Amino acid sequence: MARRDKRPQGSAAQGPDVSRRRFMAGVALTGAATAVSPHDTAQAAAMPTRSPAQPRSALRPDIRMAAAETGTPKELAKATGPDGSDFMVDVIKTLDIAYVCSNPASSFRALHESLIDYGGNTKPEFITCTHEESSVAMGHGYFKVTGKPLMMLCHGTVGLQHATMAIYNAWCDRVPVICIGGNDIDAAHRAPGVPTFHSAQDINALVRDFTKWDDQPVSLQHFAQSMVRAYKIAMTPPHEPVMIALDLGLQQEPIKAHERESLYIPKYVPTAPAQADANAIREAARLLANAERPVIVADRAARTPAGVKLLVELAEALQAPVIDQGGRMNFPNSHYLKQNARGAALISNADVIIGLELSDYWATVNRFVDNGLDGVGVNETVIKPGTKLIGISSVGLVTKSNYQDFQRFQSLDVDMAGDAEASLPALIEAVKAAVPSDRKAALEKRGADLKKAWGEAHERTRAAAALAWDASPISTARLSMEIYAQIKDLDYSLVSSSGNVSGWPNRLWKMDKHHNWLGASGGYGVGYGAPAAIGAALGNRDTGGRFSVNIQSDGDLMYAPGVLWTAARHKIPILSVMHNNRGYHQEVMHVQRLANRRNRVAALGMDRSPIGTSIENPDIDYASLAKSMGYWSAGPIKDPAELGPTLKKAVEVVKSGQPALVDVWTQPR
Amino acid sequence: MKSRNVVAALAIFAAGLALTQASAVAASAEKGKVAFLQHGCWQCHGYQGQGGITGPKLAPNPIPFEALSNFVRTTNRAMPPYREEILSNGDLADIYAYLDSIPKSPDPKSIPLLNP
Repeated sequence: MARRDKRPQGSAAQGPDVSRRRFMAGVALTGAATAVSPHDTAQAAAMPTRSPAQPRSALRPDIRMAAAETGTPKELAKATGPDGSDFMVDVIKTLDIAYVCSNPASSFRALHESLIDYGGNTKPEFITCTHEESSVAMGHGYFKVTGKPLMMLCHGTVGLQHATMAIYNAWCDRVPVICIGGNDIDAAHRAPGVPTFHSAQDINALVRDFTKWDDQPVSLQHFAQSMVRAYKIAMTPPHEPVMIALDLGLQQEPIKAHERESLYIPKYVPTAPAQADANAIREAARLLANAERPVIVADRAARTPAGVKLLVELAEALQAPVIDQGGRMNFPNSHYLKQNARGAALISNADVIIGLELSDYWATVNRFVDNGLDGVGVNETVIKPGTKLIGISSVGLVTKSNYQDFQRFQSLDVDMAGDAEASLPALIEAVKAAVPSDRKAALEKRGADLKKAWGEAHERTRAAAALAWDASPISTARLSMEIYAQIKDLDYSLVSSSGNVSGWPNRLWKMDKHHNWLGASGGYGVGYGAPAAIGAALGNRDTGGRFSVNIQSDGDLMYAPGVLWTAARHKIPILSVMHNNRGYHQEVMHVQRLANRRNRVAALGMDRSPIGTSIENPDIDYASLAKSMGYWSAGPIKDPAELGPTLKKAVEVVKSGQPALVDVWTQPR
Repeated sequence: MKSRNVVAALAIFAAGLALTQASAVAASAEKGKVAFLQHGCWQCHGYQGQGGITGPKLAPNPIPFEALSNFVRTTNRAMPPYREEILSNGDLADIYAYLDSIPKSPDPKSIPLLNP
């Protein structure tokens, strides 16, 4: 019946269903006014609204309307291959996904075969991974340089279990990854033994607490809708991972004759990000424009390069200092308004603070001292009484209960649910309108003072970097500046900086482009650095030859070092320089702290640090490890004088299109 | 409470006095370097006391010994305290001698990599 209806989908301007459709549009607009573009809003506003006296919308749809809403849209793409998984590939191809990162597994063998044989192994191209955590983290890094998500395919149960930490990192870092896991649902037909061990009734339950949406389609049309829906949800800020469990039976079955004409692929249309409420924006602008000591704090504010420009425009309009918490590259560090070096003092003196996409507002205006009596830390506020707090964040739109990534609760004076980058144009306009004409001289003086302070702070930073300059193990400042000397004239991208090098690159490298710095893991799950760096390098390779450099900590690499092979196998150029401090250094300090608190001497065993926290005796030969997987490599380098010449050679290797790794023994932080 | 504070202050003073004498008599930079590693000072301050994001600079030119020892014994801030039971006065004096022996760093203006 539905297939005979020639009326195009969406042509609802005639027939008895008109008022119902308009009513539904009105309801949708009321509930999601902030989630649609201005264009959409204007269109919807032109529609007449339903009178309360006309309850016709509750009537059941007639046959024509039911057909329009459930029938097959003729203008959309259709199935072309013979098998279910071929149609899945047709669907995936409409989403323009460049790569699928995957460790192969039987539960998605049909889709795997369709991807490479029916789909021609392009869009997406199969990237062979040696661990599911690597697959997800590669997608994590790739998105942060390209703004496009990757797909990852994993085995049911065991594969998804491997993937979970990386999915949690992506969740906390507000990054979309399209996760698809094979699962054989039909207990009566699936193979016994291993495939049944690897099946689950509700496999997505594993990751439901830290994915934005999930589904387990039971028909091919269901898959098409869910795949496009999953992509759309993942790509609507706040970006988050999504999960689809894919039944093996559905993949393997041929497309049924009656389905061939009816199957269609929904068109993907991006959803406009939510913008903050206009009245709240005006109030925030009023507070900022009249503040004596305003401070802007940004964490994941700049989703795109445009976000950096907007933040500069806001800061300059206010001549206000910016503290970049580094979830993304939000603000150029060569700009005099970037005042991270004086961040604590500025926050403690501020009269108005605006936080943009902060992952932890509480910790921005409070302090936790891990040194209290009885094992309980001390909580202290760091702001003056009466300081006005403003926030714009989209994260509250997707808050869940179980995992505590929402951090401690912080009350704000003006709290706006919305995407910061999408809200900045309105805020900038409102701030410019709100600055009183008699305050412009004061703003200019504030800017001049901040320019002077920026210069003085930069000198102090350079002096600090000179300390232990010739030390062995090599200082993290020397490590960072030896790398920078080799890449400063290139269009570089610091694709990851795992471990902790005291923030030297952010303090001393010139970072004015969005891809110069990609932020950290989000959830602080160790093991992110190596695969995310390689995923980002894959994106940089395809984005016109940006130079990818990674400062790689030893503990992070050892979680899943097989990703080095993936980089070599797929010819992903990347320079990895080891920050090899030979320990899980955060934990070194934690155990020491507890030993001191309990008045005990920490047992070192045969190592330099408390038992269980070192990665030495034997020392890992990372150069040999990398070489065995197809890398050019060198090290371990302990003499700082040898570092520059070695890095120079490594940069040439990477420029030729190969990955390279230089192992460096470093100071702890 | 007040009398307890007075007692604590006297104890700190006495400890400082004892340490000052110890440092004058027996402090060894060589032993201090070993103690600096064994007691985990390097973990937050680096092997040469240069400091970093987790701990401030200790050397070169360390703060006066009395100030350092008072802080080490009583800190209730980010750094955990080292009481005498786990870090002897002698070791602390040696650590100070090590920090005091660390030569001055080069002028950052003379380092080409810090002036790109």
